[in-house]
Amino acid sequence: MTRIVTVETRDLEKSAKEGGCGECQTSCQSACKTSCGVANQPCEQLSK
Amino acid sequence: MIHCYQFDGLNIVLDCYSGSIHMVDKVAYDMIQWYETEPAEEVIEKAIAKHGITRDDAQECIADIDDLKTAGKLYAPDKYEHLAKDFRKKNIKIKALCLHVAHTCNLNCSYCFASQGKYHGERAIMSYEVGKRAIDFLIENSGFHKNLDIDFFGGEPLMNWDVCKQLVAYGREQEKIHNKNIRFTLTTNGVLLDDEVTEFANKEMHNVVLSLDGRKEVNDRFRVDYAGNGSYDRIVPNFQKFVAKRGNLSYYMRGTFTHYNIDFVNDIKQMLDLGFNELSMEPVVTDPSSPSAITKEDLPVVFEQYEELARLMVERYNEGRPFTFYHYMLDLTCGPCIYKRIAGCGSGTEYLAVTPWGDLYPCHQFVGDEAYKMGSIYDGVQNLELRDKFASCNAYSRPECKDCWAKLYCSGGCAANSYHASGDINGIYEMGCDIFRKRIECAIAVKLLTSGLEQPGQKEE
Ligand code: SF4
Ligand code: SF4
Ligand code: SF4
Repeated sequence: MTRIVTVETRDLEKSAKEGGCGECQTSCQSACKTSCGVANQPCEQLSK
Repeated sequence: MIHCYQFDGLNIVLDCYSGSIHMVDKVAYDMIQWYETEPAEEVIEKAIAKHGITRDDAQECIADIDDLKTAGKLYAPDKYEHLAKDFRKKNIKIKALCLHVAHTCNLNCSYCFASQGKYHGERAIMSYEVGKRAIDFLIENSGFHKNLDIDFFGGEPLMNWDVCKQLVAYGREQEKIHNKNIRFTLTTNGVLLDDEVTEFANKEMHNVVLSLDGRKEVNDRFRVDYAGNGSYDRIVPNFQKFVAKRGNLSYYMRGTFTHYNIDFVNDIKQMLDLGFNELSMEPVVTDPSSPSAITKEDLPVVFEQYEELARLMVERYNEGRPFTFYHYMLDLTCGPCIYKRIAGCGSGTEYLAVTPWGDLYPCHQFVGDEAYKMGSIYDGVQNLELRDKFASCNAYSRPECKDCWAKLYCSGGCAANSYHASGDINGIYEMGCDIFRKRIECAIAVKLLTSGLEQPGQKEE
C-alpha cells in the first residue's frame, strides 16, 4: 500500500458491541460549557 | 460517506461511519473521491489522464481501495441509526449535575449568558440543605453509574464557597456509602481565588475551569466589575499562583471570543505567555443582533484562526513545549464508543442543572427559562414530555445532520445553541456547525502532523 496510509483509530463498529457503559464524563461538564462535541472526550474504559 | 480535505500539504480522507482516517497522496486523493460514485474503469482512466501514472499503478491503487472497503475502512455503510432510536429512552439515569450554587457574581461581564449570574431572576445563593438534597437526588437516580460528576457553577461559585466545601465533604461521605465515585469540578472567574481555595481545589476538584479572555484589553472589554473596572490585573496573578500549585491535575483556562477579538489566536498566545497551557476558547453564544455576535462575514477569519492555531500547536509540539486546546484534543484509539458519539450531550436526561432553590433544568444554558423547568430535586423530573424531547436529540434526530460528515464527532450539536438559533432544540445552529467542522478538520490535522507518520508522496514534491 504505497499511496495510502491508514491511521489507527477506534473501530466504531466493534465499539457497538463493547461500548455504551456510560461511565465517561458528560461532554459539557468537562470544560467548555457552551457547546457539544464528543470527539474530544476520552473513553473511560479504554483510556485508563 | 467520506470527507476529503487538505491541510498544509496533507491530503486527508475521513471515513464517516467507520471512523477511519487515511493520509493519502494526490493520486489516491482523487481516486478515492471518484470511486465513491464512479466505476473502477472510469476512475482508472481519469487517474491516468490527470496524473500520468501507468495503468498498473492505477489498478494497484484501486485494489488497495477495494481492500480498505472490504476491511470496512472506506465507504463504510451507516449501521448505527437503529442504536440512536432507543439508546436514551430505554433507561434514563442521571450522572451529572451542574449546581448553581450562586446566582450572583462579583463581575459584571456584559456578554454573560447568565446575565451576571442572575439568570434573569433574583440574586440567590444555594443553601447547604438544598445542595445536600441535590447530591442525594443524584445518587438516588444514578442507577448503574459509578462515576458521577458535580460541577460548582454560578454566577460565581466562590461567592458561596463555604457551602461548596461542605457539599464536597458530604459527597465524599455519601460516595463511600453508596459505592460511587464523585468527581467535583469548579468554574470560577478568579476574583476570589486565593491560597485557601487553591489548596482545597487541588485536593478535591477533578477539574477547575478558569475564565480569562486572553489579552488584557480583550478581557477587560467585557470582564469588568460593577464599577466598570477591568478584572485582568486582579485575576491573572491569582490564576498564575493557582496553576503553579496545580501540579499534574487538570484545569482549563477558558476564554470566549467575540466579534471584537476575532483574531483570538493572539489571545491564546497571551495565555501561553502567561504560563498557561491547558486552554479552551469558545465562540460567544449570544443574540445574533448583539454587536459582539460572530457574523457570517467573520467566518473566513475564524477559520483561518483555527488553522493558525493548529500550526501553532504543531510548532510548539516540535519544540518540546506542547499545549492542549480543548477542542483539538482527540484520542483516536481510545476515544468515545459509537453510543457516546450518537447520543448527544445528555442535557435534560443524564445531565441536569440545579438552581439555588432546587429546581431542575435540562442544562445550565436553559436555567431561568420557565418553559424548560423540568421539576425539582424534591419531586424529581416531572416534565417527562420535555425529557423525552431531550432524550430524542441525537446525531440522527436532525435532518440537517443526515449528510453531515462530522456527525459522529459532533453527535448532533448543542441543544441550547440550536434553541437560540432556530427556536427548537432539534434545530441546528448553522454557524456553530461551520465552526465545529472546521475545528475537527484542524484537530485531526494536528493529530496527524504530530503522529510521526508520513504521508505517502510527500517527499516527491
Ligand atoms: S466510557 Fe467508553 S465505552 Fe463507556 S460509554 Fe463512554 S465512551 Fe462508551
Ligand atoms: S455539525 Fe451541525 S449538521 Fe453536523 S452533525 Fe453537528 S449539528 Fe449536525
Ligand atoms: S445543550 Fe449545549 S450547553 Fe447544554 S449541556 Fe448540551 S452541549 Fe452543553
